[in-house]
Amino acid sequence: MRAFEAAGARTRLVRLKEDLEDLEGLVIPGGESTTMTMLMERMGLYDAVADALHSGLPALGTCAGMILLAERVSDGIDGQQGLGVLDIAVRRNAYGRQLESFEAELELNGDGASFPGVFIRAPIVEDVGSTEVIARHDGRPVGVRKGRTMALAFHPELSGDLRLHREFLRLVRS
Amino acid sequence: MEAQILEALGIDYIDESEVLTPADEENHIDKHQFKVPFVCGCRDLGEALRRIAEGAAMIRTKGEAGTGNVVEAVRHMRAVNSGIRKLSGMNHAELVHEAKNLGAPVDLLADCQQVGRLPVVNFAAGGIATPADAALLMQLGVDGVFVGSGIFKSGDPLKRAKAIVAATTYFDRPDILAEVSEDLGEPMVGIEIPTLPKEELLAQRGW
Repeated sequence: MRAFEAAGARTRLVRLKEDLEDLEGLVIPGGESTTMTMLMERMGLYDAVADALHSGLPALGTCAGMILLAERVSDGIDGQQGLGVLDIAVRRNAYGRQLESFEAELELNGDGASFPGVFIRAPIVEDVGSTEVIARHDGRPVGVRKGRTMALAFHPELSGDLRLHREFLRLVRS
Repeated sequence: MEAQILEALGIDYIDESEVLTPADEENHIDKHQFKVPFVCGCRDLGEALRRIAEGAAMIRTKGEAGTGNVVEAVRHMRAVNSGIRKLSGMNHAELVHEAKNLGAPVDLLADCQQVGRLPVVNFAAGGIATPADAALLMQLGVDGVFVGSGIFKSGDPLKRAKAIVAATTYFDRPDILAEVSEDLGEPMVGIEIPTLPKEELLAQRGW
């Protein structure tokens, strides 16, 4: 939220379905995807978010948020599914445990621009489906976009670099 | 030594806990030597900053573990908060003096002054046993809570765990707190702290 405020947006925490009213874009942040899913289901937020996103509300998912936006999820708990907003397949905790968390320079948009990527028990994208790859690490897709929905395996808010937040705001306004 | 073994096992983080009998009663672990993150207990700002200086990546207020009584956790969080509030408006010379009083590094005090909170994630622990306890600590500004015996010594641990998780998320919504607090079964029976012999209090372990 601080990163988006710094990029010029107004923000609001979404914890209940009423909080979704009149939003122009939704960010599903990092965290733990199974806990987030269970809490959302319990408060009736899961279906409300699914409806809003499938009706075209722009979304940015980072780390666990990427898992929630995905269609197929591996190494999740039994029956774990994403919201299916992006037709991608992801694998949870694919880089390993906390000790295998890392920072690395990423390649943005295939044009040689680099971006500081902070990966914390990040998922990997095993199939990018029909999305466009917008960030790569060692040639592997770590950021994808389709229409006005973006998903990133890393934590852009921890890098101090607001380019991707601004890019999402541009998509929301487009 | 146990910390090195835990790191070798690939554990996600280590709690340098006062609840476990310390093998060294004077020194804390030099946490800079580890790649695995550590969480450490504190009772006030000075203790929190000494642990961060040693390399702690996260802090939790100590409370009094195993009592089901939240009063010490509240006391410790309030002490951290008032220690940080006191810094606002201090100039550098005053910060140096405060650092001497607290026994904490000046640069970390300056960080706290700048961000208005601890410079690392701050959990609460020790005595949390109800959804209201968890919400109270969240309202005091912690980033999350650790609950052990408060859940496992209660009548229906699964239900209570779910309720405390919900209370941590909806800590500022008494209507939701009331709803999740319904029908939780027997709580852990709280222990009055003054009935415990002073030398058995866990929070006094460490400095």
